[in-house]
Amino acid sequence: MGLENIIAEALPEVLTTRLDSLINWARKSSLWPATFGLACCAIEMMNATASRNDLARFGSEVFRASPRQADVMIVSGRVARKMAPVLRRIYDQMPEPKWVISMGACATSGGVFDNYAIVQGVDKIVPVDVYIPGCPPRPEMLIHAIMMLQEKVMKESVRDRKDILEVEAREAVMPGTLPVTDGSTQQQNVLPEARPYTIASRHERRRSS
Amino acid sequence: MESGPDNTKLTPEQAGTGSEGKGTPSLLVAALQREHPEWVREVITAHRETTIVVPREQIEAVCSFLKTAPDTWFDFLADICGADRGPEEEPRFEVNYHLFSTTKFHRLRLKVVLNEEDLHVPTVTTVWRTANWHERETYDLFGVIFDGHPDLRRILLPEDWQGHALRKDFPLRGYEPYSLK
Amino acid sequence: MSTTANIPPQFEIVDQPLDTQMTISMGPQHPSTHGVLRLELVLDGEMVVKATPDIGYLHTGMEKLFEYKKYQQGIVITDRMDYLNPLGNNLAYVMAAEKLLGLEIPERAQTIRVLTCELQRIASHLVWLGTHALDLGAMTVFFYCFREREKILNLIEAASGGRMTPSYFRIGGLMMDLPSGFERRVQQFLNEFPASVDEFHKLLTGNRIFQKRTQNIGRISAEDAIDWGLSGPCLRGSGVNLDIRRANPYSGYENYDFEVPTEADGDVWARYLVRMREMKESHKIVVQALSRLKPGPVKADAPKVVLPDREAMKTHMDALIHHFLIVAEGFDVPAGEVYHPIEASKGELGVYIRSDGGPKPSRVHFRGPSFVNLSALPHMAEGEMVADIVAVIGSLDIVLGEIDR
Repeated sequence: MGLENIIAEALPEVLTTRLDSLINWARKSSLWPATFGLACCAIEMMNATASRNDLARFGSEVFRASPRQADVMIVSGRVARKMAPVLRRIYDQMPEPKWVISMGACATSGGVFDNYAIVQGVDKIVPVDVYIPGCPPRPEMLIHAIMMLQEKVMKESVRDRKDILEVEAREAVMPGTLPVTDGSTQQQNVLPEARPYTIASRHERRRSS
Repeated sequence: MESGPDNTKLTPEQAGTGSEGKGTPSLLVAALQREHPEWVREVITAHRETTIVVPREQIEAVCSFLKTAPDTWFDFLADICGADRGPEEEPRFEVNYHLFSTTKFHRLRLKVVLNEEDLHVPTVTTVWRTANWHERETYDLFGVIFDGHPDLRRILLPEDWQGHALRKDFPLRGYEPYSLK
Repeated sequence: MSTTANIPPQFEIVDQPLDTQMTISMGPQHPSTHGVLRLELVLDGEMVVKATPDIGYLHTGMEKLFEYKKYQQGIVITDRMDYLNPLGNNLAYVMAAEKLLGLEIPERAQTIRVLTCELQRIASHLVWLGTHALDLGAMTVFFYCFREREKILNLIEAASGGRMTPSYFRIGGLMMDLPSGFERRVQQFLNEFPASVDEFHKLLTGNRIFQKRTQNIGRISAEDAIDWGLSGPCLRGSGVNLDIRRANPYSGYENYDFEVPTEADGDVWARYLVRMREMKESHKIVVQALSRLKPGPVKADAPKVVLPDREAMKTHMDALIHHFLIVAEGFDVPAGEVYHPIEASKGELGVYIRSDGGPKPSRVHFRGPSFVNLSALPHMAEGEMVADIVAVIGSLDIVLGEIDR
């Protein structure tokens, strides 16, 4: 009875949908990860792309080496203190929309290594969208995480994601301005708050900008 | 096979009676003792391994001797490993050199003990080039300074790290921030 | 570091205002560096004049962690070191601790250790081949190798519960015995594997592009290799016939009949051939180990060190007390120090344990073969073109977890 039905009857070639759904559907179906394999989880990530558990079925066709061409950064492996500024720099170079999957116990919370050398959770440095437990998680778990991320992407709005200004982006990657990993001498970088994706939050209202 | 570890600390004179195993310790130590008995401070034989404690100043001479002597022919340096015995021990630090012979297949450990105040050891990079990275790692994690090393800087920890991580008085979880710079 | 590399004379380093030299930083995030390795390359045009590896981007402080964990708890950490060959790391650590304790391992446990370690060696070489070929452009080989590797990971998971972090060995034997039907599955894998290796040979060995990209690249002579401390296939690719399984045999390796492949050239091609032949030799060893399996205990007879069986723990009082003490307080290892090397898939993996007599070690040090192999990279890479650096790194078969520990 509504406008949609009239159009559907009169003009069957026309598809009506929300802009958000269309864009989100395009985004979720082609999430290209940036290669950020660090340690053992990286090998499981490679297993997830291999022929047995084929991640390319879900849209992650290629792993782009350049972060400027990537959508999602799968932090797989333990992040050492020396590596943390590099991680942040790669994250800053990714253009919006970007997501982060923290794969494995070490990336999520430091894992087995509660000591001086490992950052206790990569969400101290970058905002994380999906956390995967396991040491290392099975490739099927990584696929499940990608699917969860796809569901999350479907709920977003185009208005949520703005590219930060070019000047700010350039300044963010200048040497000397990167945040120290422990957060004690945190620069004034405005990080969006890391919101973990849990089963309960699927039923929450989508956040508005 | 072996009922328990046989742990004997021998003076250099007694070391002539080696225990069983390939490359009997008597052979390995005898060559060194014959030529330069003042280099051998102590010989320890345990778990079918031989350890010679060497005075710090002579480590390079000992290594080059052992590398070229026909009886021993230790042409392969497997590992240089530092150790911290604990802040109360005296001497506190030790540096172990693990030698291996690719032709005779025997192994030997040389040990240099150091006090906390004077952590200098001559480098052995002139004898085996592989010592380069091992000594950098020992410097990085313990603070042992190798005199004569071509490029002694940190290798595993970040460049601006303060402190030496594997010392016993360095806490497990480190300090925040890790550098005061 | 001495620059006795093979740089042609017209390419010496001079200071000129209009320099043709450029310093670039390759990595830590790079698709071809097999982990977080950073190379500072000084290039003159396309040729590498100086290559300096910068490591530490995966430093985990594992050696310090060992000092805070009991011996049995440390086995879990060894998995994460060389994460392509975790059973090898387990074996080295466990055997070093057993050497300190003076334990005698039953024969079935030794045979299973050899069997699983050789399967693990095949798996490690498969990853090497897949990633090396992927870097050089042969993507098909990557998928084929990982397909084979899945079969081995399934076997290891059946035995121990973990695909990549099995922690299957314990001080005094194994975690538990092999599951039923394991021998049949291993036999099935063994039947299929030689055909896969022949498939890899068909794809790569006769391929002129692969040959052109790997022959005469990254040469190192035998004397230099020994001087730089190379071990494993890198050393055997330079003509030195040295294998720790033959030189200092452990865990019953002296009873197995296998060859040690050696090639004389010392370039990337030679190392490739050595590892391909090693896969076939490991296959031979697994066949022999499988035929040698006899029923028997898999844990040593040392109630103070080895956990008792669950059934015994639930019914006998002394087993319960031992279980409690071992888990809660750990067992005391007599004071002393020991260095135990094994032939891991990458070279000589040595473990140095120093004990003060307590339940926790005083110092544990892992001599990682990749650490030492990488230190020879400047020697091999100077004088090569930038595009060949990738081939050289691939042929060294480095794993950053082992380098940085």
